[in-house]
Amino acid sequence: MAQAIPAGTKWWSGGKSPFNVEYGKLMMWYFLMSDAFTFGAFLISYGTIRMSSNSWPDPNEAFRAFPGMGEMHLPLVFVSLMTFILIMSSVTMVLAVAAGHSGDRKKVTFYMILTIIGGLAFLSCQAWEWTHLFGEGAWWGRNPFPNVNGSKASTNFTNFFFTITGFHGFHVFSGVVVNCIMLIKNLRGDFERKGHYLMIEKAGLYWHFVDLVWVFVFTCFYLL
Amino acid sequence: MSTNQATTHDNAHTKFDTRPIWRTFWILLVITLVELALATIHLKTGFPPKHVLNGVYLILTCAKAFYIIAEFMHLRHEIKNLIMTLAIPACLFIWFILAFILDGNSYRNLRNRYDPYHVEQNNTKIAPAGGEEAPAGKQEGPAAVKPGEQQ
Repeated sequence: MAQAIPAGTKWWSGGKSPFNVEYGKLMMWYFLMSDAFTFGAFLISYGTIRMSSNSWPDPNEAFRAFPGMGEMHLPLVFVSLMTFILIMSSVTMVLAVAAGHSGDRKKVTFYMILTIIGGLAFLSCQAWEWTHLFGEGAWWGRNPFPNVNGSKASTNFTNFFFTITGFHGFHVFSGVVVNCIMLIKNLRGDFERKGHYLMIEKAGLYWHFVDLVWVFVFTCFYLL
Repeated sequence: MSTNQATTHDNAHTKFDTRPIWRTFWILLVITLVELALATIHLKTGFPPKHVLNGVYLILTCAKAFYIIAEFMHLRHEIKNLIMTLAIPACLFIWFILAFILDGNSYRNLRNRYDPYHVEQNNTKIAPAGGEEAPAGKQEGPAAVKPGEQQ
């Protein structure tokens, strides 16, 4: 799109969007910006509290389980799988946007279905992880994991974990709902009648943002 | 709004190159696997010290974020006005992170100096200290809480 613009275009002279994007897409960007600050506030408050503590539970002890593997010690493996699922569903989302660009309705449907499956797979993984942690005695206000230095940990660790991954999971859930609506609209032929698939692009922006946030959640909770 | 869509979409039916998407996918996958490998090596051998590793993780995370925003969200291919209207406010994060993390650090030092209960809690062991001495070392404050820290 950008390459088709003649050099020396006066963007601010009026009569056109100075950002060269459709109104809804620009507003989606601004919404994501504000949402980024919401998540930023959560993650930075987590960082501040962790910084103000002398010791903190070891994530490799807390998140070591993998479904069906019993007591095997597999830190990071399950969460890496979740990361992979989310990246993969981001790829299928871009492919749906690409199919929309060439006006290929059938391909859009196909890739939207794959994206929704990816989202549901991620939510299932998270549901399993939460259930497993709950089974170990972790919940809001309850923390069974001792600090790395052997002292008793406060409940900050679990409170932040469940709040932030829960907030992210809720975003994934909303993304799946939005994607389902887009799929239905596409099946009804709404976009074909309009002549463009911009709604798919806006839903896509939101979906990639969910993936983006997960990258930071993954680093803050599982790696650091 | 309709004219607007016309301008952005007159040439939208040109083909959308899918190669960069797959290249981005492989980059993201490889970075995640590298993070996983580094963490596993650290757990087994303790070799890259935890604070070095944390720096590496942060750089890799920013690289992943860059690729998602630039390629998946297509921002790299938008015009400069749009990029700047998003990038400039995002710079607030630099202040945001530094200010609050440093504040947390200061609060820990103050509590360790003036709050005996806090220090006592930290010295009361309910479990053997974990094999990971590094993250504790990173968060370790003054020498007052040092004893009993090492395995």
